[in-house]
Amino acid sequence: MSTTAVPRDRGDYRLPLHRRRKLVNAIALALSLAAMAFGLVWLIWILWDTLLLGVKGLAFATFTESTPPPNVEEGGLANAIVGSLIMVTAATALATPVGILAGIYLAEYGRRGWLGQLTRFINDILLSAPSIVIGLFVYAIVVAQTRTFSGYAGVLALALIVVPVVVRTTENMLALIPDTLREAAVALGAPKWVMIMRVTLKAARAGVVTGVLLALARIAGETAPLLFTALSNQFFSLDLGQPMANLPVTIFKFAMSPFTNWQELAWAGVFLITLGVLALNILARVLFRQKH
Amino acid sequence: MEKPSQTTSLANERIKMDVQNLNFYYGKFQALKGITLRIPEKKVTAFIGPSGCGKSTLLRVFNRMFELYPDQRAEGEVKVDGENILTSKEDVALVRAKIGMIFQKPTPFPMSIYDNIAFGVRLFESLSRSAMDDRVEWALKKAALWNEVKDKLTQTGTSLSGGQQQRLCIARGIAVKPEIILFDEPCSALDPISTAKIEELIDELKHDYTVAIVTHNMQQAARVSDYTAYMYLGEMIEFGDTDQIFVKPARKETEDYITGRFG
Repeated sequence: MSTTAVPRDRGDYRLPLHRRRKLVNAIALALSLAAMAFGLVWLIWILWDTLLLGVKGLAFATFTESTPPPNVEEGGLANAIVGSLIMVTAATALATPVGILAGIYLAEYGRRGWLGQLTRFINDILLSAPSIVIGLFVYAIVVAQTRTFSGYAGVLALALIVVPVVVRTTENMLALIPDTLREAAVALGAPKWVMIMRVTLKAARAGVVTGVLLALARIAGETAPLLFTALSNQFFSLDLGQPMANLPVTIFKFAMSPFTNWQELAWAGVFLITLGVLALNILARVLFRQKH
Repeated sequence: MEKPSQTTSLANERIKMDVQNLNFYYGKFQALKGITLRIPEKKVTAFIGPSGCGKSTLLRVFNRMFELYPDQRAEGEVKVDGENILTSKEDVALVRAKIGMIFQKPTPFPMSIYDNIAFGVRLFESLSRSAMDDRVEWALKKAALWNEVKDKLTQTGTSLSGGQQQRLCIARGIAVKPEIILFDEPCSALDPISTAKIEELIDELKHDYTVAIVTHNMQQAARVSDYTAYMYLGEMIEFGDTDQIFVKPARKETEDYITGRFG
């Protein structure tokens, strides 16, 4: 045989470094598992407490009766639940088209121009603005002018939180669509707006909807922007021109009170919001996974 | 600069596209230098040359695709049926409807197979439901895809295999009835069987359309084209009858490239 024989022990020199790498790998894995466990413990604890205390305060009356005065047996959260649903839905309906249009501009038209850069920069600031700042801003421009807290002001404040989230996700999702798809549409003679509406936006649809759902989940639990705008309302009201009851502010008020029945309702409210946010997150994940 | 060698007179051909002294720039970089050539009607013209020689760039000038990118610029003349498309007042969308393009990677739209074909047609024609059905069937048959997809027209285009997707894109391009079809390395992402199908297809297409194809595969150029252009560093080195280019090229550079002695 003319081929040189490979010595049996030739691989031995690899072992020391190989063992070291395995050790480092085991340590890194253990550390990350510990970090994950640390995070999960708190999350599960929160969920457990919310479930335990929330379910106790929950009854059929929670959904049918309005917030009660202190120290009585009956009463529920109907006004707060309906108020929250109305304001969150209206804010999302108002902000989603604005956000999607701005996101389309950034991804398809103003990728490099100065207006696009400026819009992107301002949007990032709005995205990271503390929600209490937005609440105070709407207080100054709406509540102080109209001299009344109102559902409209609450809707506006929540919408201002949704817009930058939707702008960002829409832009990011459209940016993921390869330019080859754009060129293919344009090569058939499609004008740019047809290309966007029928091809790129459609391809990015799952991601855009996910962004809207996550923004919706975020405003469902926002307290600060409603505290200065919609305030709260003890009674059942569908009038957006009046102060409007909502879950976060009700929880805030009831949880801080010394009255047991209020505290129990606060926990029930916390439980409902957590459940709602969880459902929205799961829905967002399912939608996103279907497409990717 | 030496004049490009035209080893064939195109005297017997009708000229579909006449390119005169075309220069092209990516920002400050000049990618095409004084390109002059004439592309005959209802024939297949292949563009060969090493990567970066400008052949894809040239193709993207032919349907004004480069205009999507603000820092790209073309000067010179590209006459289609006598009209310079670079300066004509005709809407760019109409130019592109007349001059279709098939890309390197298949790009099915996120919609059904049927709608993928109908998308382009709906832009310029309002057909009745049955007329549209006929058009879709016609285009898919032309692209040799009909038998494979006729029972699943409502499925999404992305559910097809790579070779089928590329034929779907060709069907989509044909459906709008262009006069010229530009192929930009249409087979480079495909296996040999799909490649063979698409080459057969190109051979079919030249009965009705003027075809220009960019390819890295010289055997492919030799197989499918009637005329071949060899480009190098943004210049047109030689243009001529495919048989002549591959058997007896006039220029030494062309011969070196074709025989693999390049560089």
